[in-house]
Amino acid sequence: MSEGIVYWLQQTLNALQLGSIYALIALGYTMVYGILTMINFAHGDVFMVGAFFCFLAAVYLGLPFVPALLLTMIGTALLGVAIERLAYKPLRQAPRVSAIITALGVGIFLENFTLALAPYPKNIPMLLENVTWNLGGVSLSSLQVIIIFLSLGLMFLLDFVVHRTPVGTAMRAISWDKTFVPLMGVPVNLVISVTFAIGAGLAGAAGTMYGLAYPVIDPYMGIMVGWKAFISAVVGGIGNIRGAMIGAFILGWVEIMVAAFLPSTYRDFVAFALLLALLIVRPYGILGSPRVQKV
Amino acid sequence: MNSALVESREWLLAQRWVLPVLILIGFGLAFAIPEYGWLNKYVQLVMMYVGINIILAVSLNLVNGYMGEFSLAHAGFMAVGAYTSALLTMKVLPVVAYPALFPLAILAGGLMAALFGLIVAVPSFKTRGDYLALITLAFLMIVKSLIENIDYIGGPRGIPGIRKLTTLPWVFFWVVVTVWVVRNFVYSKYGRGVLSIREDEIASDLMSVNTRRVKFLAFTVSSFFAGIAGGLFAHLLQFISPRVFDIIKSTDILIMVYLGGIASIGGSILGATVYTALLELLRPSTVAGMLSWLPDVVFEPLNQHFIQHLGVWRMVIMPLALVLVMIFWPRGIMGLREFRWFIPKRDLEAHRRVLDDEKKT
Repeated sequence: MSEGIVYWLQQTLNALQLGSIYALIALGYTMVYGILTMINFAHGDVFMVGAFFCFLAAVYLGLPFVPALLLTMIGTALLGVAIERLAYKPLRQAPRVSAIITALGVGIFLENFTLALAPYPKNIPMLLENVTWNLGGVSLSSLQVIIIFLSLGLMFLLDFVVHRTPVGTAMRAISWDKTFVPLMGVPVNLVISVTFAIGAGLAGAAGTMYGLAYPVIDPYMGIMVGWKAFISAVVGGIGNIRGAMIGAFILGWVEIMVAAFLPSTYRDFVAFALLLALLIVRPYGILGSPRVQKV
Repeated sequence: MNSALVESREWLLAQRWVLPVLILIGFGLAFAIPEYGWLNKYVQLVMMYVGINIILAVSLNLVNGYMGEFSLAHAGFMAVGAYTSALLTMKVLPVVAYPALFPLAILAGGLMAALFGLIVAVPSFKTRGDYLALITLAFLMIVKSLIENIDYIGGPRGIPGIRKLTTLPWVFFWVVVTVWVVRNFVYSKYGRGVLSIREDEIASDLMSVNTRRVKFLAFTVSSFFAGIAGGLFAHLLQFISPRVFDIIKSTDILIMVYLGGIASIGGSILGATVYTALLELLRPSTVAGMLSWLPDVVFEPLNQHFIQHLGVWRMVIMPLALVLVMIFWPRGIMGLREFRWFIPKRDLEAHRRVLDDEKKT
């Protein structure tokens, strides 16, 4: 294969890895938005806490990969439910901005609380033996394969849960109509808690994988990754689960390609400029449906 | 006794001359405090930061509170103003003329930011809510990224060694101008248009409110003052870099606005003051200074086990306090209410007539 194609394939592979991490986080944003029409700005920091949980599980408990991943997911899921119950639930009837500001506050709290406990960046130890294969010039590491397939697996699992199980049906029902669905006997609080638990659990998985792919973790890493995931969710059409996955892969691909072919300082610039262009052409995202305003 | 107190408070709030007199006293103090050294340098610095934050919060409240959009771009406008004015004083204006031309540099920063505000206003015609929030976020990131990529203005390293030209009287002057302009704008015909956009954009369009023009104006005024604040900030901090104006800065201003309460100038002033002052009060050195009168037996262990750690933990306490305020006080300190001194006389009278009518029926 010619060198150009090899380079291009290699970057696409890296983009898949980054995109699948964005997708896992973006799902949490989009699910919560779908059900509560609220942007959960603390979600990026839940992802960061996930990376730190993984660090704790690996270093202090000495766990191998799979138990560490499961423990992290359970930990962040509990954190997500706790945040919802303590901070967002009292504000469900309040003006929308109060909830947004509360979410920002929770995010800053998580960042600085972690910073107070872990003042220096931490190194996540290698939990997996990393084998690198060479496929005609394209190098493929076992870590990449695991990240990509695990993320895809989790996404398909989520898609199944949302479209084929009673809980998922309840979720979709609540996001469709918030006044009458509770009257039909759907336990709204429980469903919202489950939504937060799933979203935060996926963010925890993303944190673990991010920590494995880029081992240095610090308390502020969630801000930028969180915003990028949020952008993915909006690009795909916020509230739409499949859209969030597509948006995340597009964003990851664009970012990696810009970094590969242009000076890497232009990465954010191009990513956000593309976002602007897309929002002007399709203001409701790729898979989102335009909101019809009735007068 | 209590009713007398209430009555005198009512009387004071009804007096229209109080606010001008307070402003005059404020100006006098702003000149006198640095001149005679009444307060130490640190307190003066904090006062200037409070002033700059008031400008930021009041101007952001115009878009986020009165118009009901969610803009995250304020730090971006601030960056534009800061870089414009700093480049002017560093590279263009002659050194001798600094103090005299400083206001011009600040003004130029504000105008440049207003120009960028026009750009952000255009997508707001068609986009609303979360998508507009995202566009403003993208604007902020693009501004930051552009500054990082232009080497002439320092790139990611920023501009060090800006001369300290911001003084207490200038900050106070711009605070007064900001409050005056925003207040007059909000209670003008266009201001009613801004409010009607928040309540229902389609309905206000049908009522022949020129929503595009109103949005243009609101964004321009808001970003102009963000630019002014940026210029003052640059000449106070004496160092600016793209990292100073990131999303965290925008978040800070948002918190001040919503802590104070939306659609309230008095609220924004209170929010900015309380937030800035609390952050400074929780500094270990300040707390140690305030408690140093305690006997050594009490002070030493307190200092060792508690105060010395505040540096990290104050940033944990602040957001926690914010969340608690939002839960128990979702509208903020003054949400949708206003100091009577800021409300024009005719509005007050109209309001009173409505209240009287309600009493009669």
